[in-house]
Amino acid sequence: MAVKVVEDWLNACSGCEISILNIGDALLGILPQLEFVHMTALIDHKFFGQLGDGTAMDIPEAVVGIVSGGVRNEEMKHELEEIRKKVKFLISLGSCACYGGVPAQANMFKNEETFEKVFRQSVTTEPAPDPKDPNVPPWTSTCMAVDEVVKVDIAIPGCPPHPDWIAEAITALLEGKTAWSLPERSVCDTCPVIREQKSGGGPVKRWLQNMEFNPEEGLEKMRCINEQGFLCMGPVTLAGCAGKTGVPRCIQARTPCRGCFGPIRKGARPMVEMMGALTSVGLDPKSLVDRRAMMNRYIGGHGVLTVLPARPAR
Amino acid sequence: MGKVINIQPVTRIEGHAKVVITLDDAGNVADTKFHVQTLRGFEKFCEGRPVEEMPRTVCHICGICPWAHHLASAKAADACYGVTPPPAAVKLRRLMQNIAYVSDKILHFYFLAAPDFVIGPDADYSVRNVVGIIQAAPEIAKQVVHMRHLGAQILEHFAGRAIHPTFAVPGGVSKPMTEADRQYTLPLAKELLEFSKFSLKFAKDNVFPKYIDAIKSIGVIKVGYLGTVTEDGALDFYDGKLRLMKPDGAYDDFAYEQYVDYIGEWVEPWSYQKFPYAKKWGKLSLDLDNPVGVYRTNCLARINVADKMATPLAQKELEEFRAAFGRPAHYTLLYHYARLIELLQCAEQTVELLNDPEITSTDIRVPITPRAARGVGCVEAPRGTLIHDYECDANGLITKLNLIVGTTHNTAAINMSVNQAAKLCIKDGKYDQGALNKVEMAIRAYDP
Repeated sequence: MAVKVVEDWLNACSGCEISILNIGDALLGILPQLEFVHMTALIDHKFFGQLGDGTAMDIPEAVVGIVSGGVRNEEMKHELEEIRKKVKFLISLGSCACYGGVPAQANMFKNEETFEKVFRQSVTTEPAPDPKDPNVPPWTSTCMAVDEVVKVDIAIPGCPPHPDWIAEAITALLEGKTAWSLPERSVCDTCPVIREQKSGGGPVKRWLQNMEFNPEEGLEKMRCINEQGFLCMGPVTLAGCAGKTGVPRCIQARTPCRGCFGPIRKGARPMVEMMGALTSVGLDPKSLVDRRAMMNRYIGGHGVLTVLPARPAR
Repeated sequence: MGKVINIQPVTRIEGHAKVVITLDDAGNVADTKFHVQTLRGFEKFCEGRPVEEMPRTVCHICGICPWAHHLASAKAADACYGVTPPPAAVKLRRLMQNIAYVSDKILHFYFLAAPDFVIGPDADYSVRNVVGIIQAAPEIAKQVVHMRHLGAQILEHFAGRAIHPTFAVPGGVSKPMTEADRQYTLPLAKELLEFSKFSLKFAKDNVFPKYIDAIKSIGVIKVGYLGTVTEDGALDFYDGKLRLMKPDGAYDDFAYEQYVDYIGEWVEPWSYQKFPYAKKWGKLSLDLDNPVGVYRTNCLARINVADKMATPLAQKELEEFRAAFGRPAHYTLLYHYARLIELLQCAEQTVELLNDPEITSTDIRVPITPRAARGVGCVEAPRGTLIHDYECDANGLITKLNLIVGTTHNTAAINMSVNQAAKLCIKDGKYDQGALNKVEMAIRAYDP
């Protein structure tokens, strides 16, 4: 008997859904075990009936609910609450669902500022009032993670989450387990680069030049990116971006970790800890440009990123 | 007033949209609207961020076409910092883009669009999907799943990430391609090319002839087109000049920075998505018989504005297509045909680039220094011309940014096609789920 699944994206980009497809050939083995009773990306089930004449949003009953994206408007909030009522286990898929994600950087601004910019202050836009219509849901006061609205049973962070973890978490549920989580390790714990616990010191370098490395050699011959003087979020970021066996993906591209899997454990303070990590290799963390957004790039929900009070004019 | 039909969510597309069809008392279509219900606000929250961080931030706009945003952003950043990446860096960017687009086009044709054609537009919704295809044609499905994933594997092997990449940086790319990387990739690229040839043949033999009546009727509108061409008029995804074509085929060519002279964006109170239009053609009108200012982007638009394809096999296919449908071709469902011709060009270019000796050059990035400037970077995203326009201060922090993304250009046209299809499929109060699906087919052609 196939297990019924509801899947939908909220304030999302579709990357998590593509990552599900990136399970690859194994997908053909998993798919027959699942019955997607709602999945906007692939399945034609409609909220208001197949003839569009329903009056209330209808989410089918299911064992598993999978939700990607954070919560950005009233309709997403309503849909999420409906899904929660209809499913036994709810999975928050991806860093937007788990922490707010990149779009939660909008929490650094008042909602009115964003609307002012988008609809009245863009070079090609003919200025107009904010859209207002029963079919255009108003924004919630902030961009939220899913667990700010409803209870979440399993969180699979990542931008996107690696297909290994998606498959593993779903398989765990199919086997009757009720809990699953990524091991609490840092990206550095899975990163093969050379570390000597020191750097050249001074200010943190902006990413205006490439890392130093010999392309013919593996990562195990490259010096740690923080120790080369750049910001790499590896020390405070949960490992897992390359799945069960790979090396961290951004490092594979010879680029710094940007923190997409979020904090290593609940209650961690990645910004404070990252500043400590930079200090520990002799860098001046206060020199880092745009520090707040850089260090909280994916985790602006849960009140992490907020509107700062206006600075007094100098 | 009569009945209101809510098609929500519009499915097998990316994002949140609903269609509302209002019928009059006689049960005929009085009004239709395609509502886009979400807004994320990148235009605001990118303010204050360093220019060099933009390519790996704005890629999150779209998880299906992150490489398009990544590269348009890298080009805008190149322009802000006033640098030209070395030739090998440009070739590597193009290589990654082509591979990503091969995956994207396979995804759209087989996973999103094909259920309407292989299972059938009127089939029950519970089987009219990719799972239905797996049951109906397991051998093809196996290939499709494998080939779509293969593109992602190639990208990950070399550039670390397939989704939300970090590889392109202002002034170039983050790493060179080694000979070993090239040797690993080339045979896989050839597999993708073979599959691309197969896909086009499969569609020409089994899909398009069978649905020619649908092609000639569903969602048909006659409007203009926007796309990118090289100096000699070939279709190009990475770089060139913009070409804006009127419905009769006459066109203007212009440089990226001039886009503000040609394109305006109208706001309607009932959608978060704006309505870009060709402002030199007059005040925007979505009137089906006499539209003004409406143009389309994405594959059919590119195929129409280009004088030719950039690769030999794709060029042959374009000639056959033009012999059948003319230039510009206006039938909306021909987007699917155009998409497969583009798939072939992307696969051919992937192999060409991998055979280029310069692809393994280690000269891949020029030095950059922040400065106050404006930079406009464009690429052709799978869904249309993608415009990233940045301004930054002397420290290289973004002060202003304007984005017009592929599907947004199609807002007006999608609304028109929905209206046309609804009027075609709903008459005297008679319609069923198949009829409503045909309205959605008019949307899906645009791959929004």
